[in-house]
Amino acid sequence: MSSVDDLFADLKRSGRKALIPFVTAGDPDLAFTADVIRTLLKHGGSLCEIGIPYSDPIADGPIIQASYTRALQAGIRLRDIWHMLGQLSSTGVGPCVTMVSYAIVYRYGLETYVAEAKQRGVAGMIVPDLPVDESEKFSQLCRQHDLSLIQLVTPTTPRDRAKRIAANSSGFLYYVSVAGITGERRDLPTNLVENVAWLKSQTELPICIGFGISQPEQARLAASVADGVIVGSAFVRRMAEATTPLSRAKTLDELAKFARELAESLQ
Amino acid sequence: MWSNRPVLDTIGLMNPTANYLAPAAGTVPNIEGRFGQFGGRYVPETLIFALDELTAAYAEAKADPEFQRELNDLWQNYVGRPSPLYFAARLTQAVGGAQIWLKREDLNHTGAHKINNTLGQALLTLRMGKTRVIAETGAGQHGVATATACARFGLPCVVYMGEEDIRRQAPNVFSMKLLGAEVRPVTSGSRTLRDAINEAMRDWMSSVEQTHYIIGSVVGPHPFPMIVRDFQSVIGREAREQSIERIGRLPDAVVACVGGGSNAAGMFYPFIEDTGVALYGIEAGGRGPTPGDHASPLSYGSPGILHGSYSYVMQDEDGQTCDVHSMSAGLDYPGVGPEHSYWKSVGRVEYRYCEDTDAMRAFDLLAQTEGILPALESAHAISQAMRIAAERKPTENVVVCLSGRGDKDAGEVARLRAEGKWPNSQCAP
Repeated sequence: MSSVDDLFADLKRSGRKALIPFVTAGDPDLAFTADVIRTLLKHGGSLCEIGIPYSDPIADGPIIQASYTRALQAGIRLRDIWHMLGQLSSTGVGPCVTMVSYAIVYRYGLETYVAEAKQRGVAGMIVPDLPVDESEKFSQLCRQHDLSLIQLVTPTTPRDRAKRIAANSSGFLYYVSVAGITGERRDLPTNLVENVAWLKSQTELPICIGFGISQPEQARLAASVADGVIVGSAFVRRMAEATTPLSRAKTLDELAKFARELAESLQ
Repeated sequence: MWSNRPVLDTIGLMNPTANYLAPAAGTVPNIEGRFGQFGGRYVPETLIFALDELTAAYAEAKADPEFQRELNDLWQNYVGRPSPLYFAARLTQAVGGAQIWLKREDLNHTGAHKINNTLGQALLTLRMGKTRVIAETGAGQHGVATATACARFGLPCVVYMGEEDIRRQAPNVFSMKLLGAEVRPVTSGSRTLRDAINEAMRDWMSSVEQTHYIIGSVVGPHPFPMIVRDFQSVIGREAREQSIERIGRLPDAVVACVGGGSNAAGMFYPFIEDTGVALYGIEAGGRGPTPGDHASPLSYGSPGILHGSYSYVMQDEDGQTCDVHSMSAGLDYPGVGPEHSYWKSVGRVEYRYCEDTDAMRAFDLLAQTEGILPALESAHAISQAMRIAAERKPTENVVVCLSGRGDKDAGEVARLRAEGKWPNSQCAP
């Protein structure tokens, strides 16, 4: 059991849904990232997904790409991200999961990455470029350390394969709302509710919907059928405005307000 | 010169039922797309169904005589295959060692080997019922070859190209537009081939149900490295038969340049089981061995993940892809096809590198001794082939893949000369 499992058990008992904000680590620096995580978890966020900046993120749209580029240009290193995450969890802030490219996990070393994550109080991982067929070894390591390995199902996933992915996922199942990259979208696909309803009938795992959700109405629709929503670009775009100390305070206020709006729309 | 052309009847391309896609050697990749430990499919779930669909379509096509016939016909009558194996007498004389032969992929329609693959993949696009094509390009040769195949089959085509490459390969950008393709400049990262692949992958993530991504090299997730290698293997298959016919036996050494590695994979694959033939892959040594100054992952890098497969790559200790450099846009790439990593790991191919200035000297020498302007990419192979030939006896034979023509580079060569970045050569203005 990871703290992701505990979180969803709590939410289920109280009949509530999860709001999962995505936060790029180190944009523009890790002190601000830590402030953002604290703020979001205090104002309606249930779990933070921490984006580990990567030089070649093929699943990400312009907003998250640009935030990764800013963080990398500022010299962000994985060891500094671990340090920040460790400090947060030691002060009781969490849970957090990392969203990380397998390029980074592999280079760092699978065992080392998992052990370090565990030590820093990270609750789980999302590795978007590690499909279920390639994930056996990493999945085993995560299980050994009681970390959730959250797998993704997309609209292009055949149903038999979706069942296999669900059987190999832990913590929750990440349903990608659209065939595409991350980013804010005006409309969600019309068959979203139907697809997620089918998936719910196939698994005991909580299902959270991500990609393209940026407004309270969309979050409400997604939560009507799922156990939570993941909101990325809409938060990252707001964070990008924090360029001066004064604007940082203002940005944190706006992020808190936006998180509360989204959280209210879910319940 | 005509006497230098092979007698076609025995080459096999005149045989419309010849199966050019049958495995020539080994059993790689396996069903999971692994070349030894290399390869695989490290891509977002959204793309998996398209890779499965492509794998199935390719397996069907391979078994279909009609597909073979159509592709062979295009290769012969549209591309102009077989490409000649040309004996470079004056270059051989200038080097003073083994006999140097050039496999003339530069004489193909569109001026490079890239068309061998794009026609095959365009036929697969039609078989899969897809209605739109995207591609990435570095030097622009793959972009032109894709635009050409798409014009030939009436498919809309979008080519992603880094802004830096658009600048240094302007003639090819114009050609692509003339052929009806849309060229989308890529402004992220280093604005070169690697970023163009990222952007093409992102397009494919959103358009995958109607769009086929014609990848231009033996890189990316399975089945791309296998498919591109198979389509390009026509190069090595012809070169092997032509060598037997012209030289009377197999060559002693075969040399090809390696960026992603498609011309080299196509050249080497039919020779893999001929263990008496030494194979040399030549990477871009750029300005020198300092990180960031070259594009030689097999020489200086280590195994990691990039663009959906596990292979040698230039990465920092956090797994971030490093910036690389080569004066040749087609070799300016931090990764390499997984089969090359496999061949390196089993010791079947020796990988070396050639620095910018040596490639420039080879460019000049080939122009002046043989009247052939090579692509800057191919000049890397020529340079090392000269070195390899010089170390060998005149009774030995070295075959080099001249993967493309250099017309596209004339403007960039002129710029480098004007800026004093080109080495002194005897006939340089």
